Amino acid sequence: MTTLAVLEQRDGVLRKISHEVVTAAHRLGGGVEAVVCAAGPVQGVDQAARFGADKIVTLTSPAFAKYAPEAYAQALADRAKQGGYRTIVFAASATGKDLAPRVAAKLGVGVAADLTDLATDGDALVVTRPVYAGKALLKVKVKSLPAVVSLRPNVFTPVERPKTATAETVAVNVPAGRVTVREIKAAPAGTLDVAEAQIIISGGRGLKEPANFKVLEELARAFGGRAAVGASRAVVDAGWRAHSDQVGQTGKTVSPSLYIAVGISGAIQHLAGMRTSKVIVAINKDKDAPIFKVADYGVVGDLFEIVPKLTDEIRKLHG
Amino acid sequence: MKIAVCIKRVPDSETRVKIAADGKSLDEAGGGVKFVLNPYDEFAVEEALRRKEKAGTGEVSVICLGPAAAQETIRTALAMGADRGVLLQADKIPIDPFETAKLIAAELKGATWDLILFGRMAIDDYNHQVGPLVAELLGLPCVSAVSHLDIEGTKGVAEREIEGGIEVVDFPLPAVLTADKGLNEPRYPALKGIMAAKKKPLDVKPVQPGAGTLEIVALTPPPDRKEGKIVGEGPGAVGELVRLLREEAKVL
Repeated sequence: MTTLAVLEQRDGVLRKISHEVVTAAHRLGGGVEAVVCAAGPVQGVDQAARFGADKIVTLTSPAFAKYAPEAYAQALADRAKQGGYRTIVFAASATGKDLAPRVAAKLGVGVAADLTDLATDGDALVVTRPVYAGKALLKVKVKSLPAVVSLRPNVFTPVERPKTATAETVAVNVPAGRVTVREIKAAPAGTLDVAEAQIIISGGRGLKEPANFKVLEELARAFGGRAAVGASRAVVDAGWRAHSDQVGQTGKTVSPSLYIAVGISGAIQHLAGMRTSKVIVAINKDKDAPIFKVADYGVVGDLFEIVPKLTDEIRKLHG
Repeated sequence: MKIAVCIKRVPDSETRVKIAADGKSLDEAGGGVKFVLNPYDEFAVEEALRRKEKAGTGEVSVICLGPAAAQETIRTALAMGADRGVLLQADKIPIDPFETAKLIAAELKGATWDLILFGRMAIDDYNHQVGPLVAELLGLPCVSAVSHLDIEGTKGVAEREIEGGIEVVDFPLPAVLTADKGLNEPRYPALKGIMAAKKKPLDVKPVQPGAGTLEIVALTPPPDRKEGKIVGEGPGAVGELVRLLREEAKVL
């Protein structure tokens, strides 16, 4: 049975997380139909074919210019009811976390949310999700039809499986809904969100004062636009950094390729947000800090000497 | 303002996770698990109290699905200042969030509310969906992960963090909102509040959760990360670190 992969766009451009959704959907076999809600044509939507979609459907409505939770949910639920899909896959992004349960409820089911793995076992869908601050993994059999799931971002590495997909645009007639997005206040240009960065450099109390985060920002810049600067709860609570930068239980859950924890001791609540990172580096003056227990590589010492040296080395690599 | 806050009793995040003999659940008794009010729900309780205080009139009801011991969790919210509590008592919280949502929605249907608040997610199961599911079941507008809120009359404006920015959302009341960090700074219950909470009404209603469509296969510890190494001390170790990141980890 076909899997419905729900893509995301913003301002008419396909978001990269959509590649992960199609990649994961393809794993389930039986063909992938990729669907996106938009006001008009979506730039890059054809990329879904590169990652294994057999069919790409753009649902259009004037209500879809910005994210319209109720209108999106109605359109997707209608599509899901017509299509007879085994599984509907969302990204557990800011939008996906909001949208997936709305669609699921309209289909009379819940969401198996924030998955780090999914597979078919005979007819059944078996999924894995981290629970208890990442201290345990829960493996669950999803028996609903359709199964509605959402994927933890950055876990399902996109795999190219080029296909010749059919494309279809369907104008849908749904009410705009009661909940409307008035505007998006964008972060300053060039700022990469920690939830989407492939490389994250996070700072904690060891930075001593807010101005010292410039040391981490320079290191991030040395990676040439691929890195974001994150923060521990302690420094966010102290007002040094914005909550949007916080990694951890009451912040963002991230899974970058490389996570560099600088001056962060490694409280459970921080580990909950970053322990699924692929490679973890810790830089801390306290050799007994718990962060070294989860780090793949540790350097003990004064971050104000170590980080600038690291920045130089990375610049040399990229220079 | 009549406000409902739906809360959950969760294991404290510092608690050691010990898996029970069935391989499918948390060993609560043997593991010495400490339970707390879900931190995101604290933001929801605080917001309800502030809205009521601002309006100068109203009532804040706390609703919790959980075992008998969750009365303590409700008392925490009452000690913060909520007026009354309802425990939907079930020995086990359903693994399927849709079953949880159905029970909570059924309880909420018994009254009319100006606002229904939830935490953005529970820190044990990371489901972040019971709020939106309940909103759908009740046919109410919903804004999730609210980090800033303004309400004038029956019109609300909420902000929610998205990747790379903040979404500003208009919605009408009554509505279901889920609270994110940043919405407010939750108060600590004062001794006076703790004493008063003991006398506040707390209804206990037994409920029978449905089986749902999710079946637990196993609860396991996460795979051990391969043992890490201390590359060295001080800036002299940076060269070796970069070499390892390039050649061994292949991330540069």
